[in-house]
Amino acid sequence: MTRLIDVENLTLQFDTDEGRITAVDNVSFTLEAGEVMGLVGESGSGKSVTAKSLMKLNPSNAIYSDDTKVSLHLEDGSVDVMSLQTSTDLKVIRGGAISMIFQEPMASFAPAITIGDQMVEQLQIHTDMNTKRAKEFSIEMLDRVGISDASERFRQYAFELSGGMRQRAMIAMALSTKPKLLIADEPTTALDVTIQAQVIDLMKDLVKDFGMGIIFITHDLGVIAQTADKVAVMYLGRLVEQGLVRDVIRNPSHPYTKGLIAALPSLDDLDNPLTPIPGDIPSPLERPPGCVFSTRCSSIVGDICSSKIPSFSEVTKGHDVACHIYDEGASK
Amino acid sequence: MSDDVLIEARDLSVHYPLRGKNLFGPKPVVKAVESVNLDIAKGSFFGLVGESGSGKTTLGKALLQAAPISRGTVAYDDGDVKFDLTKLSNDELNEYRKRAQLIFQDPYAALSPRMTVRDIIAEPLEVMGLTSSREETDARVREIAEKCRLNLEHLRRFPHAFSGGQRQRISIARALVSNPQFVVADESVAALDVSIQADVLNLLKEIQQEMGLTFLFISHDLSVVAHICDHVAVMYLGRLVETAPTRELFENPRHPYTKALLSAIPSLDPDDTKQAQKLEGEIPSPTNQPSGCKFHTRCPYVKDICRSNEPVLQHSSGGHEVACHRWEELMTP
Repeated sequence: MTRLIDVENLTLQFDTDEGRITAVDNVSFTLEAGEVMGLVGESGSGKSVTAKSLMKLNPSNAIYSDDTKVSLHLEDGSVDVMSLQTSTDLKVIRGGAISMIFQEPMASFAPAITIGDQMVEQLQIHTDMNTKRAKEFSIEMLDRVGISDASERFRQYAFELSGGMRQRAMIAMALSTKPKLLIADEPTTALDVTIQAQVIDLMKDLVKDFGMGIIFITHDLGVIAQTADKVAVMYLGRLVEQGLVRDVIRNPSHPYTKGLIAALPSLDDLDNPLTPIPGDIPSPLERPPGCVFSTRCSSIVGDICSSKIPSFSEVTKGHDVACHIYDEGASK
Repeated sequence: MSDDVLIEARDLSVHYPLRGKNLFGPKPVVKAVESVNLDIAKGSFFGLVGESGSGKTTLGKALLQAAPISRGTVAYDDGDVKFDLTKLSNDELNEYRKRAQLIFQDPYAALSPRMTVRDIIAEPLEVMGLTSSREETDARVREIAEKCRLNLEHLRRFPHAFSGGQRQRISIARALVSNPQFVVADESVAALDVSIQADVLNLLKEIQQEMGLTFLFISHDLSVVAHICDHVAVMYLGRLVETAPTRELFENPRHPYTKALLSAIPSLDPDDTKQAQKLEGEIPSPTNQPSGCKFHTRCPYVKDICRSNEPVLQHSSGGHEVACHRWEELMTP
């Protein structure tokens, strides 16, 4: 496998009226080509902001720390994403090397332009296809993602398509520029379960065919288990656990990951009451010192939890967890 | 109507007129809910599941007399009073509003940002004239707030100061303050995070048992329904296709649609790649419904009879009711 992206010490703050808030705090991960990484976390955990940082899509009040480093490795050399400033520079990655699909496809398509025209437009920006070729290729892509009557749909507007169809069209559009990295931000959350199953199958097929890396953002661990190779769990802007999907789901090691899995209603165990994680997610304005999860954690080791930020320890090879429980012996 | 039934719907239909294209002939309508027969037992936690567009919210609203009933009847009998929802006088409707309440999906949109939590919870009492003095209102608000695990000091604050889970507890307190008998919870945990969702579900169940309430719990999330409800009805395109006690429904689904829904839930086990039972296509538009069984366009077991005749919901073993021509054949593989 070849390394696709290296993210080191990604730290991102926002200047807001209520003060400066830390949205992402010292997050590092890597992704290989052809690999699907699930980014899991609840609302406010910073998962979308993390993904958007990879193409500098965050709003202008975003402040990246000086040691944040995002390197995207393309065939013709590496790109240092943080050094790109103007929108012309960023064109190489936005919609080119990196594509993104969003949760609500209705909001992502322009309502007054046909699906086809939108697909052709981006192909003309990012490739050297002429209009005729771009049109043929767009229809091929629509067909490829399982849209029937592709040439008919090409001429339609987003509102004429059903929810599942729109999400397929969104995927077709995102993939038509042959990106190296696809960021999928909750792509199935707005869909019904039967449609979600279809879209998940489609995305799995496409990874095989296109060989790109995918960052799959979701709050649904079931979806992650069925799609991703590895998973990173975020809480309040920090990465708390990461590893292969099997390792993390079978042997969750961070108290938050454990709690998240225990809180999921499972069909295999209907008799026991659900186990919520006590308390609420703190506001980003009131980030707890020390471990970010310490205010809700039921496995507090001692004062160290609320004073010192835990570093990563290895549980098994490639499975890392940031928690003071694992400080002794295992600590690096 | 038997004694243990709180809500009894017979042949309940809700049709919304469309702007007519047909100059002659019948006016086109959207059949949002069609010929639903449903009994909700007193003190039960009744689940209603289905995909978007299946009519579950409309059915919930019809049972609250908040959607126009086009055909059929809904009877309500809590032991004290009886109502026929299709023939309510204004006084009776006011009385029914006290006894039947709704908890909304989005706790961010459901609470007025300009009112304190105390005023939000007290408003139903004042509007319905249930309390005679401010002291009485305050006492009642405090009582229900405690039941919903809200801090009393929270009552003076405004909703923006609260997280999603806390806001949903405020919505629940507001719905329950008038001491209703029947509560419709429409996707009430769908907007919440998993770690918070479990807490609100446990609270709903606790309150239901403590106050002896009857809940209609509308949800698209089958795992949630499996955990909290004792009886479940599955809807598809305005019809009930299967009802059963929860455990029965999840262990022995009879209708092909129920089976497909259950197998579409992504499993937490990465090695469990159940490929069986994937449904093709999407739910048809309610304005242009298929003939015969409404599910036949997506059903893997479709036969000629399914295309021509619409199956009716009929009793089958294990407490199931199922609307399918072929459920018996399909049980013996």
